Amino acid sequence: MDTFISLDHGSGGLASQNLIGNLFLKYLTCPQLRDLEDCAVLGEYSGRIALSTDSYVVDPLFFPGGDIGCLAVHGTINDLAMRGARPLALSLALIIEEGFSLHSLEKVIASVAAASEAAGVAVVTGDTKVVPRGKADGLFINTTGIGLASHRHDISGKKAQPGDAVILSGTLGDHGITIMSRQAGIDIGGDIASDTRPLHRLVGALLENDAGEVHVLRDPTRGGLATTLCEIAAASGVDIAIEEERLPIRPAVGTACELIGLDPLYLANEGKCIVVCDRDRAEEILQIIRRLPEGRDGALIGWVGESRTGGRVSLTTGIGGSRLLEPLAGQPLPRIC
Amino acid sequence: MNLADGFRSREVTAPLVAEIARCLERPVRIMEVCGTHTMSIFRHGIRSLLPEGITLLSGPGCPVCVTPIRHIDAFLAAADLDRVTVATFGDLIRVPGSTRSLACARAQGAQVEIVYSPMDALALAQRQPERIVLFPAIGFETTAPTIAATILAAERLDIANFVVIEANKTMPAALDALMSDPQLKVDGLLCPGHVSAIIGSEAYRPLAERSRLACAVAGFEPADILAGLLSLVRQINEGEPGVENCYTRAVTAAGNGRALDLIDRVFEPADSEWRGLGTIAGSGLRLRERYRRFDGIARLGLDVQPAQEPKGCRCGEILKGRMLPPDCPLYGKACTPLRPVGPCMVSNEGTCAAYYRYIGVAQERV
Repeated sequence: MDTFISLDHGSGGLASQNLIGNLFLKYLTCPQLRDLEDCAVLGEYSGRIALSTDSYVVDPLFFPGGDIGCLAVHGTINDLAMRGARPLALSLALIIEEGFSLHSLEKVIASVAAASEAAGVAVVTGDTKVVPRGKADGLFINTTGIGLASHRHDISGKKAQPGDAVILSGTLGDHGITIMSRQAGIDIGGDIASDTRPLHRLVGALLENDAGEVHVLRDPTRGGLATTLCEIAAASGVDIAIEEERLPIRPAVGTACELIGLDPLYLANEGKCIVVCDRDRAEEILQIIRRLPEGRDGALIGWVGESRTGGRVSLTTGIGGSRLLEPLAGQPLPRIC
Repeated sequence: MNLADGFRSREVTAPLVAEIARCLERPVRIMEVCGTHTMSIFRHGIRSLLPEGITLLSGPGCPVCVTPIRHIDAFLAAADLDRVTVATFGDLIRVPGSTRSLACARAQGAQVEIVYSPMDALALAQRQPERIVLFPAIGFETTAPTIAATILAAERLDIANFVVIEANKTMPAALDALMSDPQLKVDGLLCPGHVSAIIGSEAYRPLAERSRLACAVAGFEPADILAGLLSLVRQINEGEPGVENCYTRAVTAAGNGRALDLIDRVFEPADSEWRGLGTIAGSGLRLRERYRRFDGIARLGLDVQPAQEPKGCRCGEILKGRMLPPDCPLYGKACTPLRPVGPCMVSNEGTCAAYYRYIGVAQERV
């Protein structure tokens, strides 16, 4: 038995077939995938088709709270969910660097399978390529998701309205600080772990009794809460004001951010969503969110106002000061001292 | 509970804000020297809480910002050498030199790594014995002790493939030079907490007496900064400027003897070029004779030429507190955090970056 991936595994020949049969299909059991056809043919659905794709290049591949496999499943499910779509199926494409450990690959595929099963969204088609050593960084994954968006809802980043409430479904910065501290080789310890998880059930619960009061759903991934709110404010032509005291941040995450010199408002999240909704239903919506495990730390964090300054986002600080939140420029960098 | 929470609660800060407003008798101009102060003031929206009579100027306390272009060019020249890895603090990576930044060099194939401590750079040198690892030694008295400790460790462990480019700066002489500028009318100095933890609050005494300047050493939490500002306002009112240590949980009068000793063992005072301020006597650190073999410029045979400031860039004036970022013709137009022209826009702690990021609706008055 090989212990690492060779170029042969991507040749399409016998080694590829062995890899697919012995490893991928051991974990990924959807009938459409097992057929090994050129594409999967799904059932008949009526409704508006939602389609999203995302590539995953996270370093390290394994981190507290998850790994690149479950992240690739959750991330694409969440992108579908953020338009109010019900995810139906996923594709899984791997680009593997020659020499990558088969054991690690198996762990990743097992994680993809577990995440897909737990979410109830099957991987129905896939692809594997192997590139020579040095041409990729271990393993890259792309997933594409297909979903159904209901006719009843028109969820979009352009729909925030003055007077709306802004709700965040949980704590900030957990994923970002986990990855950045690992990259920095700093073991912060404590209870810091990625928050990677699927949000489609939370969105399903929100939209079940919704009559158009939920206006915007967005997951604040790269760029963090601040950048995502800036995007919503610009797309909707509104101002957004949030309050620092209302932001749920785990103490360990807050401390780690202080230590490394990062702002939790700009760190990536992989299992949180921003809900912009009608003020009158905000409390009820918050209760729905908080009843679910993925939303138990949910909080109302601010309000949407008329655009007086051209789609800006402001923060009232803990001491009552005010400052503007700008989109992230470049990548977040740690400070010198 | 986070240790900092008590210093961020409105119950603690609101009375300080009220007392500052009550005590202020005339308009005052206060310079916060340290980039971390600048960041904290913006991040917590402190300007929006202060009475109109207080003008805050940002000083030359961002280590990246005061590093002259020719030093950045030297880091880049080193990065271009096949056998060299540049291991640097993250702040430095996007700072443009004459033609490009370390981030550009990395994209073009140079080995540039971000480290959190010079010790990490030394560990990298141990892991890469076939390469020379260069650490750009920037920063003030805060980074100098760890750099000195790293050089001592390199000597002890006999690691020959680790070098630095000595660009460290020290604060008192630079502040002295700055405060002797007749155009800069500053009533009080919010002295840097981290630097003061090393050099001690008494280090500002000669400056305070000579320039009749109110000095307050302050930490970085909102309550620390407000307490420092209140001390300054009171000192100015009473006409008896001196040095007050408002950060006693970290700063002593004499400073950190062990850290100072480390600096003294490895470095000796030297003249140093500050971006925007020019060369200031005795404001930098040079490796002592015994440690000269760790000097990257000599070791790699780098040719460090004087460099031109980018056209139109006013970072020099901004670093001296003579100009505010919005007064610079490039600010927010040719120079943004995504495409910074000058160092004040690129560094996290740079005044222009802080203005760009944080100036809010309620804070148009600065």
